[in-house]
Amino acid sequence: MSILVYTENWEGKFKKLSFELVSYAKALADKLGTSVTALSIGNVSDEELKQLGNYGASKVLNVADSRFEALDNKALADAVANAAEAEGSQIIIFAHNNLGKALAPRVTVKLKGGMVSGVTALPESTEPFIVMKKVFTGKAFAGIQINAEVKVLTLAQNSFELIETDNNANIETFDAGIADDVFSTIVNETNKVTGKVLLTDAEIVVSGGRGLKGPENWGQLEELADILGAGLACSRPVSDEGWRGHEEHVGQTGKIIAPNLYFAFGISGAIQHLGGVSSSKVIVAVNKDAEAPIFEAADYGIVGDLFKVLPQLIEEIKAIKA
Amino acid sequence: MKILVLISNVPDTTTKIRFVDDNKAFDTGGVQWIINPWDELALTRAVELKEAGEVEKITVANVGRSITEPTLRKALAVGADDAIRIDAEPKDAFYVASQLAQIAKDYDVIMVGIEASDYNGAAVGGMLAELINFNSVSSVSGMNIENGQLALTREIDGGQQKISIETPVVTIVQKGIAIDPRIPAMRGIMMARKKPLTVAPAIEAEERTAYVSFELPPSKAACTIVEEDNVKELVRLLQEEAKAL
Amino acid sequence: MNFEFTEEQLLIRQAAKDYAERELLQDVLERDAKAEFPARHIKNLAELGFMGMMVDPKYDGSGMDTVSYVLAMEELSKIDASTSVIISVNNSLVCYGLCKFGTEQQKEKYLKPLARGEHIGAFLLSEPEAGSDAMHQHTKAEDKGDHYLLNGTKNWITSANSASTYIVMAQTYPEKGYRGINAFLVEKNSPGITLGPHEDKMGMRSSDTHSVMFSDVKVPKENRIGEDGFGYKFAMKALEAGRIGIAAQALGIASGAFDRALAYSKERKAFGTEISNHQAIAFKLADMAVKIENARNLCLKAAWLKDNDKPFALASAMAKLYSADMAMEVTTEAVQIHGGYGYVKEYHVERLMREAKLTQIYEGTSEVQKIVVSRSLLRD
Repeated sequence: MSILVYTENWEGKFKKLSFELVSYAKALADKLGTSVTALSIGNVSDEELKQLGNYGASKVLNVADSRFEALDNKALADAVANAAEAEGSQIIIFAHNNLGKALAPRVTVKLKGGMVSGVTALPESTEPFIVMKKVFTGKAFAGIQINAEVKVLTLAQNSFELIETDNNANIETFDAGIADDVFSTIVNETNKVTGKVLLTDAEIVVSGGRGLKGPENWGQLEELADILGAGLACSRPVSDEGWRGHEEHVGQTGKIIAPNLYFAFGISGAIQHLGGVSSSKVIVAVNKDAEAPIFEAADYGIVGDLFKVLPQLIEEIKAIKA
Repeated sequence: MKILVLISNVPDTTTKIRFVDDNKAFDTGGVQWIINPWDELALTRAVELKEAGEVEKITVANVGRSITEPTLRKALAVGADDAIRIDAEPKDAFYVASQLAQIAKDYDVIMVGIEASDYNGAAVGGMLAELINFNSVSSVSGMNIENGQLALTREIDGGQQKISIETPVVTIVQKGIAIDPRIPAMRGIMMARKKPLTVAPAIEAEERTAYVSFELPPSKAACTIVEEDNVKELVRLLQEEAKAL
Repeated sequence: MNFEFTEEQLLIRQAAKDYAERELLQDVLERDAKAEFPARHIKNLAELGFMGMMVDPKYDGSGMDTVSYVLAMEELSKIDASTSVIISVNNSLVCYGLCKFGTEQQKEKYLKPLARGEHIGAFLLSEPEAGSDAMHQHTKAEDKGDHYLLNGTKNWITSANSASTYIVMAQTYPEKGYRGINAFLVEKNSPGITLGPHEDKMGMRSSDTHSVMFSDVKVPKENRIGEDGFGYKFAMKALEAGRIGIAAQALGIASGAFDRALAYSKERKAFGTEISNHQAIAFKLADMAVKIENARNLCLKAAWLKDNDKPFALASAMAKLYSADMAMEVTTEAVQIHGGYGYVKEYHVERLMREAKLTQIYEGTSEVQKIVVSRSLLRD
């Protein structure tokens, strides 16, 4: 009957979003009078798994099976469904990320459930079960009722606070029960973008647009990002022009991010760009044009020359970090 | 290889979002309908592969009422060979996937965009795959056919992978699968009128979710403007007021 | 009476709009500043089938109707009138002229590559001493038995440099007056053809305009279009159709300017509110909208008459006259609504205003259109 949370790991480590899911599940479990079981698939140390207990998991099912490394969708979905059945879980929670989006629909069908993706908060009510999510690419909110016994949710990033508890998670080995012939995905090559802070993980993001005038002017943004431990992003024209790589492009057709703090330097704030960053908690805009639409979306702004603001900002941040 | 591309009919991105019926339904009055952008990129890639001689046939399918037919014809104009419309309201992802399951098994590759730009469900592709017992690969940003085998590029957190997988398979695609959506040429628009658009009846299937309310986001508070030479104040606000630093 | 478009017409309009917004818009300001020919765009638009829109598919055209052509011209011109004028000349002067009056051999040899957009066409009628007064051609085409010999100068020729195929009007029998004029297909790389410098124009700067000098240029007999002495009539008939293209172009320039003025007026604040809430501006927008609607209806009616094989000369003259004149008015108001911003290049409307002016001058000035209309009225 417990709530099952799929806690993804990256090279044996959990990220903030894994803990967000557990905190969310715990808050929901408390409402429903049940407990939280986390499912981890991969090579994760006991010490790392215990951390899930700090956010509310009372049990951790550990599937230490290297066959899953290729992230075969069918095998993983079957494994999650098997764990849910073993636990008698009626609520299964994933992150709304690449893997969560891949697995949740399959698991939903396997368990004859109903699914809502990109959920933004705890359910409005549990009888009937209604959850909120963003629709029309962030332009509106919708309340959706799930009319099936089993409910599968994917949680939007950064929508739920981490709540630490004093919990001791019981770690159990779990045999997912998946035959060899189910695994049919073959990974031939993996290319990781190393070194920089991953944009989708970053708490703070520093972003530049056409106002920077050229790729040669990115040095100060890189310096600012470095001091803040921030991710670097850019608007579409910047990546189209080749000033920065495509992996930095945030916007409706690029990456959608939800950091705590988003700095937009020399970005006008076209709708497509805002569509990728509007879920940021705080937006700061620096632009010389007072009419730029970015100021409608920003919480704080400076109407001025970003080349004058950047060095000052770097100094001020260095000062507070000291 | 035979490819099925699943098409959602969505309002164009400039549509003003409004709700009616006591905020229980989206106002479709005056809406311009378009192919869901990610599905359009999927279709573009399929057409590119067909032009390269790797694909024998492209079918597009949609679950919707007759208002979706202009969108299906556009898909035919872009280069699909035939279109199927399953006559039903696409109210719930499981319901839609169940309808599509009737026709999907005959294809080697089923392509669908990661989500639709209206309800952002991100569910139909994976659900269909499970219903017809096909494997699936998600976050696909590149697709090639080499010697009759599928070679995919999949986005993972922090990078990309090159994947091989046997068909039949469902590929759930995102940005990168094609660079720009294909604009139909005049000759494609002319040929579209001769290509078949079949209407199939809906089957009985469950609707497991329902939209019960809509609301517009609260209006944002005005932006606090700080002077260009007073960056210190901005940092102070970010630390003390916004608690973001 | 059905005022609705067919699904196909809507698809064509959307394709033109998508290309204009995604591609033409990217470099239109730069090309205007540098007076740079839109080579890449013409190639792309040719591949999409826009260079021979109304030509029969058996001659490698797209087989579309004139209504579709008007819709496409409007959408392209909202963003880039330089590119649309190249397309208009190719489609409704050169291709149309060949479709209607060319021989099979002429169509095989010249129409096909023009329709595919592999070759660009130019229409050479205007001369230094003969613009509106086209009857008095000075360029000579002497009948030498097995060929004609061309001598003279043409000016203000759109696509003079980028074109491969010219249609040239010239005088063969001076004693017969305008009845001695012939029309010829001339290959641009023929010996004896030289081009004057690229004209530094007020607007439509991305289209290449030159004068063209002919010095003993040999033109094969079989390149004459129609009967001996048909040239003036040919030019007038071609211009009747060409006018529809230019009317649609002017319509596009105006509606592009209007869309920008409307958007601007909803954002710009003055005296405590958006300027669209002030009646002075709201009334301007209303006037502009009515004019554009009228122009559109005239263009579509002329297109419809042509598609249904009815006489359309009067309709196309009315459309061109009204559309060009109103485009000048609408673009001027659009600049005004933008205030200071309207005067700088970045906001596009000043360019649209410069472009509108030419529509009142070429392919028959507004004054010539009034001659056509008034003569038609007073004839009966």
